[in-house]
Amino acid sequence: MRFIRRFEETLLQLFEEGALNGTTHACIGQEADAVAVTEHLTAGDHIFSNHRCHGHYLAHSGDALGLMAEIMGKEAGVCRGMGGSQHICAPGFKSNGVQGGIVPNAAGIAMANQLDGNTAVSVVFIGDGTLGEGVVYETLNMAALWKLPLLVVCEDNRWAQSTPVAANLAGDMAARFAAFGVPVREVDSTDVAELSTIAGEEIAAVRSGDGPRVLLIHTYRLCHHSKSDDERPQEEIDAHWLVEPLVVHGRRLDDIDRLRIDDEVETALSEVVATARALA
Amino acid sequence: MIFAKELNDTLRGALGDDRRVVLLGEDIADPYGGAFKVTRGLSTAFPQRVRTTPISEGAIAGISAGLALAGYRPIAEVMFGDFLTLMFDQVVNHITKYQAMYAEQATCPVIIRAATGGHRGYGPTHSQSLEKHFLGVPHLRVVAASLYHDPRTVFTDFLSRDEPVLYVEHKLLYPQHVTLPVNGRVGDLIASSDASPGMLPTIRLSAVPVEDCSVSVLAYGYQAMLAAQVIERLAVEEEIFAELIVPAQIAPMDWAPVERSVSVTGRLVTVEEGADGWSWGSEAASVISRRLFGRLGRPVDVVASEPTIIPSSKTKEADVLVGSARIEAAIRAAAA
Repeated sequence: MRFIRRFEETLLQLFEEGALNGTTHACIGQEADAVAVTEHLTAGDHIFSNHRCHGHYLAHSGDALGLMAEIMGKEAGVCRGMGGSQHICAPGFKSNGVQGGIVPNAAGIAMANQLDGNTAVSVVFIGDGTLGEGVVYETLNMAALWKLPLLVVCEDNRWAQSTPVAANLAGDMAARFAAFGVPVREVDSTDVAELSTIAGEEIAAVRSGDGPRVLLIHTYRLCHHSKSDDERPQEEIDAHWLVEPLVVHGRRLDDIDRLRIDDEVETALSEVVATARALA
Repeated sequence: MIFAKELNDTLRGALGDDRRVVLLGEDIADPYGGAFKVTRGLSTAFPQRVRTTPISEGAIAGISAGLALAGYRPIAEVMFGDFLTLMFDQVVNHITKYQAMYAEQATCPVIIRAATGGHRGYGPTHSQSLEKHFLGVPHLRVVAASLYHDPRTVFTDFLSRDEPVLYVEHKLLYPQHVTLPVNGRVGDLIASSDASPGMLPTIRLSAVPVEDCSVSVLAYGYQAMLAAQVIERLAVEEEIFAELIVPAQIAPMDWAPVERSVSVTGRLVTVEEGADGWSWGSEAASVISRRLFGRLGRPVDVVASEPTIIPSSKTKEADVLVGSARIEAAIRAAAA
C-alpha cells in the first residue's frame, strides 16, 4: 500500500514538473481495496480495471517499471506507450478508460472460464460513478441468469469526478445489485486486514461456482479526480486523511518496521523513476 | 439453397468444427430459432454454446468481447440492424480498441451479424441500413452478405483471422437462392472473381465483356441483387451495357477491382440502401476521383436513399429507399 501511495504521489509530482504527458487518476486513499482483493487471486484469474487502475495493477503484478514507462510513453511500457495511464494489459490484467463497458467484458471472460470448466475467477473493479451506466445492469442480469464466475468490486469513493453520490444515485446502492438476486457484501472500511478477510470469502464463494457476487466497499478518494480538479469541501477531505488505509494499518506496525518499509519503498521507487527516465 | 439456410449450415459447420465458436443473440434458441430463422436447430445441437439472451445489445456485444479476449470465437446476432446503435460503445471503445491499444498483447475477434435493410414495411426503426456509421471505424472490417459470395468462404475467413467484423445481412436476401459464379457465369451474366491478396473476392458481373461496357456499377448486398437484374434487363432490352462490381468487404475497401473496371468504362455509379450523404458511395467517389481523375468521363454518381426516416407505408417507403427504378435511371444517365 505504501508503494502504491508513493508511486502515485510521484506521478502527480512528475506531472507538475512537466515530465508526463496526458492525464492520470490516482487511487490515493483506496489502496486497501486493491491489495485486499488481488492477494486472493491466483494464476488463471483475471482482473478488469478502469481509469483508476494503477493500484490494481501494481498490487496484481508489482511491475512498477513497466507501468511507469507506460505512463511516460516509453517503448518499454507495458503497452509500448499506446495505452498510457488508463489502458493497461498484462497477463491476467486489463483496463479500459470508458465507464461501464468493462463489466460485460469481464463477464465474457467469466463465461469463457465457465465453458472451459475451470475454477478461475473474473474480477471487475468499478466505482460509484459507473452505476450510472445501463450496460452494468444488462450484465448483472445475464451474469446472474448464467451463474457466471464474476466478482464485481464496486469501490464507492463517494464522488464521481466532481459530483457527490447524493446527486448521482437514487435509491440504495446495494439494492441495485440485490435486485438481480446477486449476493452483495457491503463494507465501509479502509482497513486492509478487514477487507482482505471479506474479499477472500467473496472470491472463494465465486470460485465455488455459485454465480456472480458483488463486493461493495465504501471508501474515499483523497486526491482530485485526475489532476488539480478538486472542488470538494476541505474539511471533508481532511477528516478522511485521519482514517486512510496507511494510517489504519500503520498503527499495527512498530516504528522500526515502518521506517524500514518507508526506506525500502523510497529506494525502490527512486530506482524505478531513474530507470524509466533513462529509457528511450 | 436459400441464403438463410446456407447461413444456418455455415454456422452449424463452424460450431461443429471449432469448440471456441459461441453464438449469442436475442430469441436465437429453438424452437423459435431467431427472428429470421438463421439459427434454427443450433441451440438443440449445441446447447452450451448457442445462448438466447435478454434484450441487452450492449451486454451481448460486451460479453462477446470478453469471450474473444479469452480466446473464444463469439458470433453475436443483432435481430434488427437498427439496434446496432446499442452496441456502438462496445464496437468503438472496446472491441476495436483492444488489440492496438494493448500493443498486440490481446486480440478481440468478435463477429457481429446484423439483419439490415428495408422494403418490408417495418418502418423507421426496423428497416435501416446503418452500416455507414461503422465504415471507417479503425480496426473494424465491415462485410456485406450477397448472393454471389458463399457464406462458408466468408466465415472461414472471419474465423481464421483475429480482427473484429460486422457482417450485414440484408433481410430480403434470406429467402433468395444463393447464385455463386459457376463456369464463369451467374445465370446469363459473365462472372469473374477479382481479389487482391488477403482480401475476400469481389465479384464482377456483366452481360458482355467489360471492354464493351460503358458504365461500372458498384453495389453490395440486396442492392447488388437489384443492380444485377437491372444491368441484365438493360443489356437485353436496350443494349446499354454495364459492369456490376460486388465486393464482400465494404470497409476497408479493396479498391483494385473497382479501379480495373472504371479504368475501362470511365464511368462509375455507386448504389447503397443507406441514407444519402457521408456514405460508402461518397467515399468511393472521393477515392476513385483521386485515383482515376484523368480517366473519368463524368463525375461519379452516388445513388442512396433519401436522408429521412423510412416510412411504414409501402408506397411512401418505396419513395424513400433505393430500388430498381433509381438504379436504372442512374445507369441510363451515366451511359448517355
